[in-house]
Amino acid sequence: MPSPRTSALAAAAAPGFVLERSEAVPALIGRHEDFLFISGLGGVARDVGAVTGDGAHVYSLGGAMGAACMMGLGLALARPDKRVLVVTGDGELLMNIGALATIAVTNPPNLAILCVDNGHYGETGWQKSHTSLGVDLEKMAIGAGIRRTRTVATEADIADGARLLREGNATSFVNLRVKPTEPAEFKRNFDLALCRDRFRAALQR
Amino acid sequence: MDAVVDTKAVAGWQHELYDLLRKHGITQFAYVPDAGHAILIDRSLADPEVHSIALTTEEEGVALIAGADLGGARAVLLMQSSGVGNCINMLSLIKGARFPFLTLVSMRGDFGEGNPWQFPMGQATQPVLAAMGVICLRIERPEDVIPTTSAALTMAFKGGQSVAVLLSQQLIGAKPF
Repeated sequence: MPSPRTSALAAAAAPGFVLERSEAVPALIGRHEDFLFISGLGGVARDVGAVTGDGAHVYSLGGAMGAACMMGLGLALARPDKRVLVVTGDGELLMNIGALATIAVTNPPNLAILCVDNGHYGETGWQKSHTSLGVDLEKMAIGAGIRRTRTVATEADIADGARLLREGNATSFVNLRVKPTEPAEFKRNFDLALCRDRFRAALQR
Repeated sequence: MDAVVDTKAVAGWQHELYDLLRKHGITQFAYVPDAGHAILIDRSLADPEVHSIALTTEEEGVALIAGADLGGARAVLLMQSSGVGNCINMLSLIKGARFPFLTLVSMRGDFGEGNPWQFPMGQATQPVLAAMGVICLRIERPEDVIPTTSAALTMAFKGGQSVAVLLSQQLIGAKPF
């Protein structure tokens, strides 16, 4: 009998992509108020919206694919007093994978990157991404020089991954492997200028 | 760098330009290494008060500027005109969200250029930036560097606009090869 929490697959999962994003993403984030969020576009923006209520401490992309990690770097350098969590997907990360090298060289300790890797481009019809075909994003992060990295692929890995995102004296990177299932049902705000204003206003309070 | 322009005069305005950017509160300098911006890059590397961020591609710098603004900081992107082509879709973020944006572009494929590879992007730089809503201010004489960049800083950080200062090859010298 499948668990009632098991969601329907939107595409065939590659071996090792077994976790439920609806459980693993909130578990890795934990208390969301502890972070400023930059979210990539597509499914992760909906996941982050569902966890945070799309609050003023969140800036989610709806385009400009490939921007998330570098926005996180600019924000982390601007606000060393805050912890910045970039939540992105495998497709968005791959589009500007060189950003990992730029971030590793700068290495702000208050920046963490969580990649929700489902091995697919869910927004465009569930085509396989490179990570279903052998590309290992944690190894790419290690190769870029990021010192603190993990792959979270089973429930047993989650506590350690969550700790890595919250602690430490160097930028951290967690690749979360999940099944290719629909992301959270959440309608986040797509007005990018309004979201900029609310983010800045909340930080200045 | 080149045989045409007096390098001491170039160094003079480049140092003044760095001081001007610092005076206006720029604390993040992002760049892909470039001879035309060498002094600005070296000054930022030597300045303990700023972050000097070497990029792998120029579009990273566009996203970095947006993130810096969310945190209340000011950043500048230093690039060559060929790098402008790498930024185009990322400028959707700047235009759509009305992030203040300042870039200094050292021109190639311009006045006196001898490398045919540089012309397509060099000649497209200004129309392509304009198409993405970036205001272009072009500088051809050393005495215009500080007044024009001051104007650009005001337009970007008070006026909330996106502005590119184009440092022409009349100013920085042409590579004759």
